[in-house]
Amino acid sequence: MEKFAEQFLNLEIMAAAWPTVVQGLWVTLLICLVVIPMGMAGGLLAALASLSPRRAVRWPMIAFVDFFRAIPPLVLLIFVYAGLPFAGLDISPFTAVAVAFFLNNSAYYGEIFRAGLLSVGTGQAEAARSTGLTAGQSLAHVVLPQAVRNVLPDLISNTVEVVKLTSLASVVSLGEMLHQADLARSVTYNASPIVLAAGIYLAILWPCVRLISRFERRMAT
Amino acid sequence: MTPLERFLDTFFNAAVLAKYAPAILQGVWVTVELSVLIVLSGIALGGLLACVRAYRVRLLSFGIVIFADIFRALPPLVLILIVYFGLPNAGIFLSSFVVLYAILTLILAAFAEEILWAGITSVAKGQWEAARSTGLGFTQALLWVVLPQAVRLAIPPLTNRAIAITKMTALGTVIGVPDILNQATTAQSFSGNASPLMLAAVAYVLLFMPFVVLSRWLESRFAWRKV
Repeated sequence: MEKFAEQFLNLEIMAAAWPTVVQGLWVTLLICLVVIPMGMAGGLLAALASLSPRRAVRWPMIAFVDFFRAIPPLVLLIFVYAGLPFAGLDISPFTAVAVAFFLNNSAYYGEIFRAGLLSVGTGQAEAARSTGLTAGQSLAHVVLPQAVRNVLPDLISNTVEVVKLTSLASVVSLGEMLHQADLARSVTYNASPIVLAAGIYLAILWPCVRLISRFERRMAT
Repeated sequence: MTPLERFLDTFFNAAVLAKYAPAILQGVWVTVELSVLIVLSGIALGGLLACVRAYRVRLLSFGIVIFADIFRALPPLVLILIVYFGLPNAGIFLSSFVVLYAILTLILAAFAEEILWAGITSVAKGQWEAARSTGLGFTQALLWVVLPQAVRLAIPPLTNRAIAITKMTALGTVIGVPDILNQATTAQSFSGNASPLMLAAVAYVLLFMPFVVLSRWLESRFAWRKV
């Protein structure tokens, strides 16, 4: 038992690793700040395209979304990071993460926005258009707000998944929180720094997970 | 070499593909084996926990909620690294395959428990009462009347979650599980060519695409008809 505490909950080692891990936390937050808005924007575009009345637009977009839902994010990231330099495109770990996350997130957010847009009755758009709003205005002011409200739990849930996925960036040596914690782990031969990082992830994500459960229960009744 | 030739040589090099295809095929079996094991045991464990929670024993329910919250909030890679690198120093030696299997099973169980529990609570109270009034015991009412209705509601989200988590078997490559991605990155560094990565990506898409299409179908099949 003591050996366990020594290996996983060593406060001395945690204190020493704290500055390194916090440094990584800022990078994690920076990644989130870049990839979440990008993914949502891409997802909205994907959703609109996949609901297009034109088959030539709709089908390729559904194929795009399904393709990126079928491929594991880590495979995509390594493909972008390790594969593209072979084709003469040298990219930084951060760019690789941004590109891979953009493709993956657009697919997932796209499915959510699609469900949201479908959940708003067509009468809403027709009524909005009949009052003289343009198609863009009716989307932005009438349909989209209702769509987002209907799928808010899924949007939050997917955003939690995105924050968790940023830990994959450690595999391409981007110095985010898990990478920094693992660095400290390899120097100290002790897992406590990663437990510290886990604690920080929990502090950020636990409230979100609770919120999602509340939503799910409210929806259910 | 023209740019097109160079591109083909880099990503679709026939010699490299032929040489490393057997290794990647071996990886496919490891990925499939892990995925099947994780889906079966994760959903079984999650279902068991959701049922235990239905008895509303306060201490048990509290423990289940804490378990489900932690395993839903933590990134899988964090859990994998803690267990894989931490346990040996504490005197417990597990293979990377077992670590990956155990962690992903627990994560899937946590999500499955929440999804099934949401399903159980959404079954109308009258269903419980009607079942009990016909003489069924609590456990019988749960298993024969409530759970089947809960499962029906849970199938689309459960399918999506199971796909997302089996895709994470690729994380095993970080701790040396010889799955598709691991075989491909090894082959890529030996051959100095990106074709093995392309082959791995194709293998994953072939493996998971049917399930993604299935989940799309399930969603439309089980969706609440809007009025």
